[in-house]
Amino acid sequence: MLSRVAESLFWIGRYIERADNIARLLDVNLNILIDFKDLNDSRLVEHWEPIIRSTGDWDLFKSLGYKSSSRAATDFLTFDRENPNSIINCLISARQNARIIRDQIPSEVFEAINDTYLDLRDSGSEEVWKEGPYQFYQKIQTFSQLFQGMVDSTVVRGLGYYFMETGKFVERADKTSRILDIKYHILLPSVTDVGGVVDTAQWTAVLRSCSAFEAYHRNYVTNVDSALVTEFLIFSARFPRAIRFSLSKVIENLHLISNKREDRFSNEAERECGRLFSDLTYISVDDVLEQGLHEYLDYLQTRLNSVGEAIGETFFSL
Amino acid sequence: MLTIDLNMDFSKYEVDDFFDEMFEADGSVRPHYKALHARLKELGPKEMFQKQKAVDRAFLRQGVTFTVYNDDQGTERIFPFDLFPRIIPAQEWEFLEKGLTQRMQALNLFLKDIYSEQKIISEGILPREHVETAAHFRPEFMNVPVPKDIYIHICGTDLIRDRNGKYLVLEDNARSPSGVSYLLENRDAMKKVFPNFFPQSGTKSVDSYTEELLATLKYIAPDGVDDPVAVLLTPGVYNSAYFEHSLLARRMGIEIVEGNDLVVENSFVYMRTTEGLKRVDVIYRRIDDDFLDPQVFRKDSMLGVSGLVDAYRKGNVSLANTIGTGVADDKLIYKYVPDMIRFYLSEEPLLESVETFLASDDKEREYILANLEKLVVKSANEAGGYGMLIGPHASKAEIEEFRGLIKAKPRNFIAQPPISLSRHPTVIGEEVEGRHVDLRPYILCGKKISILPGGLTRVALRKGSLVVNSSQGGGSKDTWVLYGDS
Repeated sequence: MLSRVAESLFWIGRYIERADNIARLLDVNLNILIDFKDLNDSRLVEHWEPIIRSTGDWDLFKSLGYKSSSRAATDFLTFDRENPNSIINCLISARQNARIIRDQIPSEVFEAINDTYLDLRDSGSEEVWKEGPYQFYQKIQTFSQLFQGMVDSTVVRGLGYYFMETGKFVERADKTSRILDIKYHILLPSVTDVGGVVDTAQWTAVLRSCSAFEAYHRNYVTNVDSALVTEFLIFSARFPRAIRFSLSKVIENLHLISNKREDRFSNEAERECGRLFSDLTYISVDDVLEQGLHEYLDYLQTRLNSVGEAIGETFFSL
Repeated sequence: MLTIDLNMDFSKYEVDDFFDEMFEADGSVRPHYKALHARLKELGPKEMFQKQKAVDRAFLRQGVTFTVYNDDQGTERIFPFDLFPRIIPAQEWEFLEKGLTQRMQALNLFLKDIYSEQKIISEGILPREHVETAAHFRPEFMNVPVPKDIYIHICGTDLIRDRNGKYLVLEDNARSPSGVSYLLENRDAMKKVFPNFFPQSGTKSVDSYTEELLATLKYIAPDGVDDPVAVLLTPGVYNSAYFEHSLLARRMGIEIVEGNDLVVENSFVYMRTTEGLKRVDVIYRRIDDDFLDPQVFRKDSMLGVSGLVDAYRKGNVSLANTIGTGVADDKLIYKYVPDMIRFYLSEEPLLESVETFLASDDKEREYILANLEKLVVKSANEAGGYGMLIGPHASKAEIEEFRGLIKAKPRNFIAQPPISLSRHPTVIGEEVEGRHVDLRPYILCGKKISILPGGLTRVALRKGSLVVNSSQGGGSKDTWVLYGDS
């Protein structure tokens, strides 16, 4: 497969996963606002700032002159073409890559992407707010599910598929780590509130943002507990949005790409990813909390970036 | 003014003083359109227009689009598709096939000759200066061997019909003609929307085009390569025809590559893959000669591959079409195609060309300058409807501008009498009106010459316009070749 084509497929996987995560993040956080008591402007700032920070685009948000309101956050993360990670830009990039390599993907997959792009291009924040953002973000998430279902059921298992999957899971690991980090940035009204109602609501929002609320409860038959949520979202080998699960999928696909059956690594991408995966296998949630969740997630993101870079150097920049 | 009574509102349809593809001058329906005409009668008045909208939406959804340059409104548009099909009866098509095959043979023999012995010059048929001043003549490729002596593998000849319905060749397009993908998509769309329009006696299929194209590419592989790897070289996703490049590559199952995907080592061409370099034997290139190789042609080309021409000269990679075919597209050379047919094949040309006056000839230039308001003036080396003066429709200022241009550089211009292209009923808004059409059949030249039945019918959607190019308000129609004559 051409390196350029592989790169396009990798990024289609990433961009659609990214759009999906942003849509869920907004969906959940708009939803929980309704439960807030005494909602005022400063509370809204406290609510949205960590979320926008988690996307890594806080500075851009400020420099574009936005104030932290629900409308501003939605506009910035959904429709703003100045924001390279807005949903619209994710869709534009996914579609552009799909156009480039449309000979590599089934027509129905291309059409699904194109359709959603055309839809989104024609809708603006005005009407989304009029009709209620819930439906809109559901639509984006449904598209992402449709895309994944179509890919799963129509794409030949070969390099193209493996690169798309690799992109998807690299992005997912990154996004889950960022969503988890949101909790760090949220200031609780006071120290005594730890473990209180507000704290629990926030951890619940984190779980929901990762579609993990129900899965968490099936796994731990107990209340929402910060250490358990952390453990679940980082280390679970069975929950498909957990970081460790995602990394296991990245490794699996990297091995399918190199088609080497040795138990050792055959390229830098496999090496970086394998090392991170084994770290996650042998570290405990206590280790993480001792180090500090935010510090650990910071470190994790650096490592995830190295995985992404190693994939780029191994396959895309010959 | 003539009116025709039809259930689908043809009552206002006017044949006017043109050759109409569907209606005789007296308003009766031509035999090969009778079956379609009968089916149209069963159609509710609005149905055609609703279906038209549905097809437009489907094309947008499927990304069947072309890119409009200098247009920031999304930059992609669908190539308007008109649901009213154009029909060609079997006998007429047989004649066209013969005429085009003959022309194709002569053009390939001409290119072989002009890049080697140049007999056509030494025997006084074609003046040397016409060839040597042609912008796309490549003297540096004299005597470079070409696989199987085929220069043009893919050709898209433009045909028009005059007031009497006679087919004329307008231009040959021997470089890299585009549009075939729209033809393939048009047929798919037509089959979905109006399956019961197609005559029971059958319409010749267009499906095998990409198979034949792949066979043609493999046929011209360098000697000794048993299982050649062919690729399609595109300028990239921003090119207006990218959709087409990608469709053809997809249907052939070959890689679509950009210049940066290819690399030349030791005079062999390779593509960069995730598993390392892989050898490439045949390149269906959709970029012009000028951009192929910055070492040889334009130094600023970002689209090409450094060293490609060297690999080509050494016979390590084949190009479709070969370098230098553009000389056959030159509008001065065009005038001599009938002579070529006589010279190389000892046959009389079956298809006529449009009468052409050369501004570089003193006498003919005098005639041109005296009759500018009656003639169509064309640049010798432009395609796509650019650089053209349509005298009868031009303003005084435009005519004077061309007068200056012609006097300054006579070699660059030719003139032809305006041909009142045939017209065809076309869906315009919620009416059916006559619009001018041409026909571009696609010819493949490999082991044998094969012509895709029909071709792309382009239609000038603007009222009265003769310009059918997609970049200038043109649309297209599905084109049916019947197995019989009615």
